[in-house]
Amino acid sequence: MARQYLIGAALLIALIVFPVVSPWSTVILTVALCEGLAALGILVLLRAGQVSFGHGLFFAFSAYVVAFMAAASFGHEVLLLVPIATAASGLVAALVGLFIVRYRAIFFGMLNLAISMVFFSLLEKLFSVTGGADGKRVPRPTLAGMTLERETFEFWMFYITLALAVTAALGVARYLLSPGGKALEAIKSNETRLEYLGVSSRKVLYGAYLLSGLLAGLGGAIIALVSGHVTPELAYWVRSGEFVFIAILGGVGGVAGPFLGALMFQIIRGYAAVHAPETWHAVLGVMLLVIIFFAPSGLYGLIAGRKRKSAPKETAPKETAP
Amino acid sequence: MSEFILEARDLELRFGGVLAANGASLSVRANERIAIIGPNGAGKTTFINLCTGYLKPQSGSVVFAGQDVTALSPRAITRRGIGRSFQIPQLFTDNTVMENLLLALSAREGTWSPFLRLDRHPKREEMIALLDSVGLRDTAERPVRELPEGMRKLIDIAVALALDPKLIFMDEPTSGVSSHEKFQVMDTLARALDARATTAIFVEHDMDVVARYASRVAVWSGGRIALEGTPDEILNHPEVRETVIGVGV
Repeated sequence: MARQYLIGAALLIALIVFPVVSPWSTVILTVALCEGLAALGILVLLRAGQVSFGHGLFFAFSAYVVAFMAAASFGHEVLLLVPIATAASGLVAALVGLFIVRYRAIFFGMLNLAISMVFFSLLEKLFSVTGGADGKRVPRPTLAGMTLERETFEFWMFYITLALAVTAALGVARYLLSPGGKALEAIKSNETRLEYLGVSSRKVLYGAYLLSGLLAGLGGAIIALVSGHVTPELAYWVRSGEFVFIAILGGVGGVAGPFLGALMFQIIRGYAAVHAPETWHAVLGVMLLVIIFFAPSGLYGLIAGRKRKSAPKETAPKETAP
Repeated sequence: MSEFILEARDLELRFGGVLAANGASLSVRANERIAIIGPNGAGKTTFINLCTGYLKPQSGSVVFAGQDVTALSPRAITRRGIGRSFQIPQLFTDNTVMENLLLALSAREGTWSPFLRLDRHPKREEMIALLDSVGLRDTAERPVRELPEGMRKLIDIAVALALDPKLIFMDEPTSGVSSHEKFQVMDTLARALDARATTAIFVEHDMDVVARYASRVAVWSGGRIALEGTPDEILNHPEVRETVIGVGV
């Protein structure tokens, strides 16, 4: 436990100091934190043994809510835009979740993908509303009523994002230790027994799905503000796949994992794009293969010295339905 | 109000051409210990599955504490006070024994606050006492996956007991337990059940266990009760001795 706190504290200090020492990294780090938030949402679902290949839906939805509101006269304030857009993505998760939590495994993953791709198509085709493939520009809003220059705005947005990411990570860590969080793990372990405890596994998964959608939505809202532009690509399957990639790269053993993964993802993408612009996707692929084969518990597991939990030595037959 | 805590009436269930339940009926009074015996494939586990909502009968009914529970889900039936353990223990193998019990406790108490740590549940002591009562206190912090089958069986039952059920079904509670430990295990279980005034129905193949711990015995054959009576009556019945126990008269 002490080692986990140490990793979190070291990561936090590095993140606090880095933008001051290297101002050029502010936007890259903010983007990494946003993707880390979405991957944290993936981590929550992975605890139940479910993978979503469609979290781009929530990421893009809140980003577009920000874009529409920022363009309107009534929503030109960060402190208003972020909570409203996040809540909007939570609402979408609440609606989609009603349907999705009935399914498990590959069906769960692919239904998420299907719904996100429907949204992607709508964003692309409804040109007059969404701007189509060109997307929408997000005018820079005020921050606590102040109109800031781009660099100053980005600088403060980074620290706001960092504070939100730390709060979200601590909240998720707490949730995972709570009875609800343990019941979520129980879905992966033995859903039959969960039902025979009188617990609705669908309700447990629904709560987790809602939380997961909110986290992805928070990331999407901030990325829209920082990048100043939203496109349908935010809902595209590649983006959703990146969140899963980041979660696996970082490791799902602790809440710092997705953020470690997101930072590493940004570093690899940045360097590979410069030094191997034609093959940077291959570099990412090789990196993932290395992680899967040599550090299956991800970067977090590698640093924390944890082995993956899902390969127990069974001393008795595996559970089957009665 | 009926004198019976559980009344299963004329349960029928067909899997293709096989009648797994063929008019199965059983009435159970509070605090009884009923042993269900019979050859493999007689429909004993099917009967438990029908009474606990895992399977739905094509006809017949299950009434528990005056309420028809035939069409209810396992979850709803559990909430009404029927617990069960399984032939193959159904546990959260990645978690510790204590986490398994505390999750059952949270389900019973409805304590789902995200601010409460499961391992700091205010009624944790109650679960330690429960583990003590089934002789497994030392295993509390061990992951279930590391424990042998016999211990898992007991933990499976302890998890069901943590829900404080009025009635518990136990499917072969002593299978996987070494023959010299069977009586020890059953003594422990009987004490735990007595302390909670829990009615119990258990499937059992060991006739010594049946003779010692059952107040009534139901002999299952062809998806229904073929014979019913006290352990003395049943275990000395010539047909039972020949077909179930395997001892010719």
